[in-house]
Amino acid sequence: MVYYILRRLISAIVVMAMVGIFIFLLIRLTPGDPAAIIAGPTASEQMVASVREQLGLNEPLPVQFGQWAQNTLRGDFGTSVFAGRPVVQLMKQRMEPTLSVALLTLFVSVVGGVTFGILAAWRAGGFVDRALTVFSALGYSLPVFVVGYFLIYVFAIHTRLLPVQGYVPIGQGLGPWFAHLILPTVALSLPYIAFIARIARASMLEVLSEDYMRTAAAKGASPYSMLYRHALKNAGAPIVTVIGLSFAYLIGGVVLTETVFNIPGIGRLVVDAINNRDYPVIQSVLIVISGIYVLINLAVDLAYTLIDPRIRY
Amino acid sequence: MSFAISLPNPWQRGRFRVSYLARHARRHPLVLIGGGLLLILIALTLAAPLYAGDPLKMDPFVRLQPPSAEYWLGTDNLGRDVFARTVYGARVSLTVGLISALVAASAGLLIGVLAGYIRSFDNVIMRVMDALMSIPTFLLAIALISLTETGIGILIIAIAIPQIPSVTRMVRSVVISVRERAYVEAAVCGGARLPKILWRHILPSTLPPLMVQTAVVCADAIMTEAGLSFLGVGVPPEISSWGNMISSSRLYLSIAPLTIFAPGILLAITVLAVNLFGDGLRDLFDPRAKRRS
Repeated sequence: MVYYILRRLISAIVVMAMVGIFIFLLIRLTPGDPAAIIAGPTASEQMVASVREQLGLNEPLPVQFGQWAQNTLRGDFGTSVFAGRPVVQLMKQRMEPTLSVALLTLFVSVVGGVTFGILAAWRAGGFVDRALTVFSALGYSLPVFVVGYFLIYVFAIHTRLLPVQGYVPIGQGLGPWFAHLILPTVALSLPYIAFIARIARASMLEVLSEDYMRTAAAKGASPYSMLYRHALKNAGAPIVTVIGLSFAYLIGGVVLTETVFNIPGIGRLVVDAINNRDYPVIQSVLIVISGIYVLINLAVDLAYTLIDPRIRY
Repeated sequence: MSFAISLPNPWQRGRFRVSYLARHARRHPLVLIGGGLLLILIALTLAAPLYAGDPLKMDPFVRLQPPSAEYWLGTDNLGRDVFARTVYGARVSLTVGLISALVAASAGLLIGVLAGYIRSFDNVIMRVMDALMSIPTFLLAIALISLTETGIGILIIAIAIPQIPSVTRMVRSVVISVRERAYVEAAVCGGARLPKILWRHILPSTLPPLMVQTAVVCADAIMTEAGLSFLGVGVPPEISSWGNMISSSRLYLSIAPLTIFAPGILLAITVLAVNLFGDGLRDLFDPRAKRRS
């Protein structure tokens, strides 16, 4: 067990190191002069030189990497070329909106997806099951920004039930905060509800045909107890796995959703950074998000033993 | 293993049989529905000059018009024909999506076969792929674009690179399972050279799952292109693409909703068609999967 945890930890560190090297090399190995591109088409020779200096592009590659790795490990992600402020500071400011959207979406997707999947598996081939087939085909195909504008059009512009756009910090009241998050969350969750529901359904179907399910039915367990106490506990591992894996896709959706709903989060930070060619910001967000992804999947792997005590390493 | 025998494979006696696929496609309506929809979309796009107006013509006197006989879906904020732009936008989306998918599939196939068959490459390649997979695809595409001048070629590469790891993983797993089969060992014993073994004996088994994966990648690539263009970093703004149209119309949602929903709905239909086609191919190549899930 300890050996497994150690091995898993080391492999996570190796992957993270590779991510770091990759992101570091990205800017250095791209054809063309990155300093000239970051400085913009109207920049003078001098400005390009100063950008090159600021990013440390004049040093030999190994020296650059050593410095960069050291700074990054200490939590110093450099300075935004555009805003002239430390990137860490910028990211901290933008964290709350993004976390709100992402966590709420995760919650809705897990609860909605697992419930949908269980009901579909409970009566396989029935109405709920067929509804899931249609729903997942649509969920995968509808772009989050199109759904977002549709929701705004119907629920904000036409019926005026919900605010159109924007974000209210949670400190200014739970009600307004939540009202502003309903539409973004719905738009963002559709594909994840579909994804999680499909995995939950497949995983439940396997468990439902086990002998102990027949035993539970024979002893007169209620459907609720059968599904949630007997079946779901045994079908949990694959479901938790996809929740970890789908995080990477969720982030792409967050960038688009924040643009549609004008939410000042990490996604907007990235979009503004591209338009300003603010590479230090993009690079740092990439590192942080990938780090979170690696950590989540590490946690998921380690959590297997808690979810299913039969798993021993 | 009985699994290997039951797996239908269009490769028979070393040749790819289209008739085999056609015979089985009838039992899998999804392939036909998805493929048919795709063919219709491609035909409509190619024939666009026959029935749609000029997507680039601007007319400041007819800005943000509702649908009419002349402008079937109305006009946008610069007085451009929404119908024409939507139809022509399909060209960009389909081209970028298909080429990106082909680039990702070819690169993934090459790397996956090498990683799967040549063991000394395996560990290094797969760790690199793990690292690439830890970076969200959409963010990676954004980072790649932010470092270069804009243009369709760069865009295609930026969309394709983040998709390579998933293809590589899939190809590698197939190659590893095929590598130990008796017919491959027989070929090795018979003195076949490495390129011939890979080409003649390993490659054919990877193709059916590769086609399914390519469809999945293609759907994702079309979405990514639209998303990037929507953010203003995809297709250059002078070309009509669905993402560009939605991006430039977003201030007019309440006045001219069709400027957003026309390209949006066609985008969704296109992605749906590709997804259905991919699902259908999966059922076709691996009937067990259909029964299982």
